[in-house]
Amino acid sequence: MTTKRLLFIFQKNATEKPVMSYLVRDYNLEVNIYRAMITPAEEGYLVVDVTGSDEDIRRGMDYAKGLGVTVNDREKGLSWNEELCTGCGNCLSHCPTGALKIADPATRRITFEEQLCVECLNCIPNCPYGACSSIFRE
Amino acid sequence: MKTYEEINSRIESGKAVVLTADEIIAYVDKHGLDEAAEEVDVVTTATFGPMCSSGAFLNFGHSKPKMRITEAWIDDVLAYSGIAAVDLYLGATQLRHNDPANMYYPGEFRFGGGHVIEKLIAGKECQLFALSYGTDDYPLRELRTTFSIQDLNQAIMVNPRNCYQNYNVAVNCSDKPVYTYLGLLEPNMGNITYCSAGQLSPLLNDPFYETIGVGSAVWLAGARGIVYAEGTQHAPTCERNDLGIPTEGAGTLALSADMKQMSSAFVRGVSLKGYGVSLALGIAVPIPVLNKEILRRTTVRDKDITAPVINYGGDYQARNGKVLGHISYADLKNNSVRFMGKDIRVSSMSSYGKALEAAELLKDEIRRGDFHLSRPSAPLPKEQAMRGITMKEPAR
Repeated sequence: MTTKRLLFIFQKNATEKPVMSYLVRDYNLEVNIYRAMITPAEEGYLVVDVTGSDEDIRRGMDYAKGLGVTVNDREKGLSWNEELCTGCGNCLSHCPTGALKIADPATRRITFEEQLCVECLNCIPNCPYGACSSIFRE
Repeated sequence: MKTYEEINSRIESGKAVVLTADEIIAYVDKHGLDEAAEEVDVVTTATFGPMCSSGAFLNFGHSKPKMRITEAWIDDVLAYSGIAAVDLYLGATQLRHNDPANMYYPGEFRFGGGHVIEKLIAGKECQLFALSYGTDDYPLRELRTTFSIQDLNQAIMVNPRNCYQNYNVAVNCSDKPVYTYLGLLEPNMGNITYCSAGQLSPLLNDPFYETIGVGSAVWLAGARGIVYAEGTQHAPTCERNDLGIPTEGAGTLALSADMKQMSSAFVRGVSLKGYGVSLALGIAVPIPVLNKEILRRTTVRDKDITAPVINYGGDYQARNGKVLGHISYADLKNNSVRFMGKDIRVSSMSSYGKALEAAELLKDEIRRGDFHLSRPSAPLPKEQAMRGITMKEPAR
C-alpha cells in the first residue's frame, strides 16, 4: 500500500463531477481530504492523501486526467521555497506537526518534510521572508 | 602576543591561520590555549538577523533641468530628503505609502524600506518619484523615473545600530496573541522566541570591546565596511556573568559599507505580521588574536551565554524592568525548552546557518589575503547605561 499526496485541479466544466467518490468505489482507494476550494472563476483545487496499491493509484489518476482534471503530485497546497528561506527558524514553533524542522543541528538549516504537513498554512504569516506560500491563500 | 601589523603581514603573505568562532571552540579544546594563541591569527564571528536601525544614503545625480528634491518615494516607500538636493536616506522600517498598517489587525506589512534595499542590492529596477517646490537654480518640480543601483553615484548603507551584543528572549504571559518584532507570541507562554547567533555573535566573542572599536573593519553583507561609532543604545554597563558576558542587550555597533559591493544573499527585507517591516543583514567581524585572553574569550559557548526572558504580554510594554528568568542559548537551540514549569516550543529570528556562512566567507577572504584587519582608532565606551525618555509637560 502506498500513500500519495495529490493536488487535483478542476477546470470549470469538471467541478461538478464527484471524482473522489469514483476513486473510492471503482479504484479501491482511500482518500483523506486536506483542503478544498472553489474559486470565483469556478475552478476547483483539492489536496488529498490517496492510499492504495501503486496500480490502483495510477489507474485512478488516469481516470481523473481523462475527465480533464489535472493531477499534480509535485506541487501541493503548501509550497516551501528553499531559496527564500534564511533558516531563521521562526516557523518552528508555529508548525504543529514538525513538518518544518531543523535539518542539521550544526548549521540549523531548515527542511520541509512534506509527508508531515497537514496544510494548516500557519507557517505562511509567520515567515518573515515569504518562503511559504499556497494556492489556497492570497 | 601578536600585533595588528604582524597579523596583517601574515594575511598579506597568505599564511594567516583563520578559524570561525564556531571552529575555535574545538580547536582550543584539542590544542590548548597556549598553542592555539601561537597558531591562530584571526577568529571570524558573525550574525544574521533583522537589524532595525539600518538604512541607505543614495545619491541620484542631477536631472536636466535640475531639481532640489523635498519629498521622495522609492517604490512608494518614503525616503528622507532633507539632506541635500539629490541625496536621500531610505530607512529599513519605513512602510509603503498607503500600507494599511494595523488598521486591519494584524497587518501583513508585505513591503517596505528593507524590501527596497533588498531589491537594490539584487540589482533590480526601482521607481523614484520626487517632488519639489522649485527654485531659480533648481526649477524642476516633479520627477518620475526608474533606476537600479548601478545608476546611482553612491549607495552607502549607514546603520546606526546593528549587532546587539545579546538580546531579550520573548514570551507572552497574557491570554491573547501578541504580534512583535520577535514574531507571533502565542498566549499563555505558548511559544518562546530569541534572536542571537550566540557563541558565533561578534560582541559575545569580544565582551569587553578589546578588539572591536571605532574604525574596525567588518564584513557587511559581503562588502568591506567599518564600525563608524558605538551603536545607538550602546549600554555596556549591565549585568554580566562570571565570564564577563552580558546577560542582557548591552553593546551595539554602528556600521557602514558600500552597497554596490554587497551580496543579495545577506540583505533581505523582513515582514513581521502585526508589527511592521525591517531588514535582515549578514554581518561578520574578524577578531585578531592579539593575546591569550582575547583568544580565550572567543571560545565562549552557547551554554555559557544566557539571555533574559521578558514577558511581551505586558512587562515589555510597561518598561517595568521585570525579568522572568534567564535561559542559555544551548537550551534555546533545542526544539523545546522547560521554563517556569512548562515545556515551551522555541522559535528564532536569527539564522545560525546564514551567520556560519558569513563567518566562513570572511574566513576565506582573510585566508586569500583579500581582507586586512584595521586597528580601531578609538575604543567603544565601556561604561555607559541607556536612558529612557521622560515625558514632560508639553510646550505652550
